[in-house]
Amino acid sequence: MKKIVLAAAAAFTLTSTAALAAEAGPELLKRQWTFDGATGKFDKLQLQRGLQVYREVCASCHSLKYVAFRNLTALGYSEDQVKALAAEYEFKAIDEEGSDVTRKGTPADHFPNPYPNDNFARASNNGALPPDLSLMTKARVGGPNYVYSLMQGYEDPPPGTELLAGMNYNKYFPGHQIGMPKQISDDQVTYADGTKASAEQISADISAFLHWAAEPKLEARHATGFRVMIYVLIFTILAYLLKRKIWARLEKK
Amino acid sequence: MSTEKSVWRRAYEWHEQRLPIVSFLDHSIGTKYPAPKNLNYFWNFGSLALFMLAVMILTGIFLAMNYTAHKDMAFDSVERIMRDVNFGWLIRYMHANGASFFFIVVYVHIFRGLYYGSYKAPREVLWWIGILIFLAMMATAFMGYVLPWGQMSFWGATVITNLFSAIPVIGDPIVTFLWGGFSVDNPTLNRFFSLHYLLPFVIAALVFLHIWALHIPGSNNPLGIEAAPADKIPFHPYYTSKDAFGLGFFMLFYFAVVFWAPNAMGHPDNYIPANPLVTPPHIVPEWYFLPFYAILRAIPDKLLGVVAMFGAILVLFVIPWLDTSRVRSASFRPWFRVFFWLFVINAVVLTWCGAQLPEGLPLIQGRIATIYYFVFFLVIMPVLGWIETPKPLPASISTPVLKPAE
Repeated sequence: MKKIVLAAAAAFTLTSTAALAAEAGPELLKRQWTFDGATGKFDKLQLQRGLQVYREVCASCHSLKYVAFRNLTALGYSEDQVKALAAEYEFKAIDEEGSDVTRKGTPADHFPNPYPNDNFARASNNGALPPDLSLMTKARVGGPNYVYSLMQGYEDPPPGTELLAGMNYNKYFPGHQIGMPKQISDDQVTYADGTKASAEQISADISAFLHWAAEPKLEARHATGFRVMIYVLIFTILAYLLKRKIWARLEKK
Repeated sequence: MSTEKSVWRRAYEWHEQRLPIVSFLDHSIGTKYPAPKNLNYFWNFGSLALFMLAVMILTGIFLAMNYTAHKDMAFDSVERIMRDVNFGWLIRYMHANGASFFFIVVYVHIFRGLYYGSYKAPREVLWWIGILIFLAMMATAFMGYVLPWGQMSFWGATVITNLFSAIPVIGDPIVTFLWGGFSVDNPTLNRFFSLHYLLPFVIAALVFLHIWALHIPGSNNPLGIEAAPADKIPFHPYYTSKDAFGLGFFMLFYFAVVFWAPNAMGHPDNYIPANPLVTPPHIVPEWYFLPFYAILRAIPDKLLGVVAMFGAILVLFVIPWLDTSRVRSASFRPWFRVFFWLFVINAVVLTWCGAQLPEGLPLIQGRIATIYYFVFFLVIMPVLGWIETPKPLPASISTPVLKPAE
């Protein structure tokens, strides 16, 4: 009787997991990232390529407001290179007489928003608001694999699909109708380091760069975690030996 | 010279005569507190819960130094903690995942109490204070999740506070009162921050009462029988050393998640800033609320759903009397043990159902699981006490159990 009850309960649980598996949509493209796993690190050259893609392709519509130019030293740039890069941007300021002026960017500035305000952004993009990209890989199920897939997910809509005006078909986008047109194609950018710019390569580089933008402390987290785990492991072993030694007193009695 | 007391010894005695804090601790968790010698590793979870409370309060204090409770700045201030505050990412991930691990520990602690009958006489008040701690934890965790002001923060707050509107006549005024306005907005965020900082100290006070109430009858044990003085050992060094080992073992799991999968238990939508104009397609609470969320949605009527959800916790207050069996430990209750493990499986099913859209198979399973949840307490517990034949209890902890005649 007990076995029957437990078997029924097991069947009950199993149907739940089966239902869960049936729900999955189109499977995302998966890639081995250098930052995967407990010891993963960013590939600095890849991040530099990704930065180039962001600046040459994405930045015309998308902001990256939580990333400051000074953060770019993490990509392997020197402070002088960062200063020079920041100076390519202009920011509004007020001078000592109170007049509106523009000044050059400094390492303390953040990447500027390409639009003066959200309404302007919507009006320029057929009503759609291009989201800020600083946290994109943490704000979507699938993380960097989602961005990687989305960049390569544009295709002709299947017959019978009615696209709304100005929308594009992307098989990985929830609902498949996305405001952003296809951005990435082969040789879209010419990489400074000579890497061949296939659409797949560009998609991987921008996804890795955006994951760095979303989780800039990832390397410190992995490295600290390794040290903490070794420390806790030694503590646990010592505590176990101590506990055994103390409890051995009871058996002697 | 050797008989003369050192200056430290004299200072210590001078202080103990005026405030005997060392003796107090020694009687509470030291050499003067006798505990049954047969406690298994499930008894580690009380001290682990205390550890997690300390971790949450400490990390929380440092987060509060850098957090801004304003709807236009909260999200940005959390990102500043993650990026620019020294070790801010570590403090925040310890706090966010700490909430999950606090609930894991407390759920094991509660299930241990259910299995070994720790709620039965003379430990009813101890059990009640435990439920109050659980309720205070739920309120604290809910309000804490609102503070980052992401999409799930905002919409979770909207859904849960709206539950109070199910109360007839005074429901809507209560919701307005909770919000401090006519929607979840800046006043809501401000009061949630204030209460989120207050409640942990209420929990700390309740923990003090919980430990006090524990010291009157002393710890229960896996056999569920009264422990004779000869079967007790001093808490220190025996259980302090055992708890230290358990703490190390637990921290391996906790820090593995903090450092290597810190967002695994969170929802991606909470990295999108709150937007009152965009409702997420699927609003789900944190995993530790899912069983109760499933009960809420299993019932087609809003008011009855809310009643069932709160009833699912409040029923715990009366189980010392719903359970009619005098035998505490499930080890000696062959049938209760089966229904107990079914209850554990049922809780897992409810958790899963809570994460699904309430339609089709998950809704039906949620309903069946909700029924079993209440049947377990309201029917099985009282009836089983009458009809079940328990196995013979040992005379004492040291005496081996006699095998019943074949």
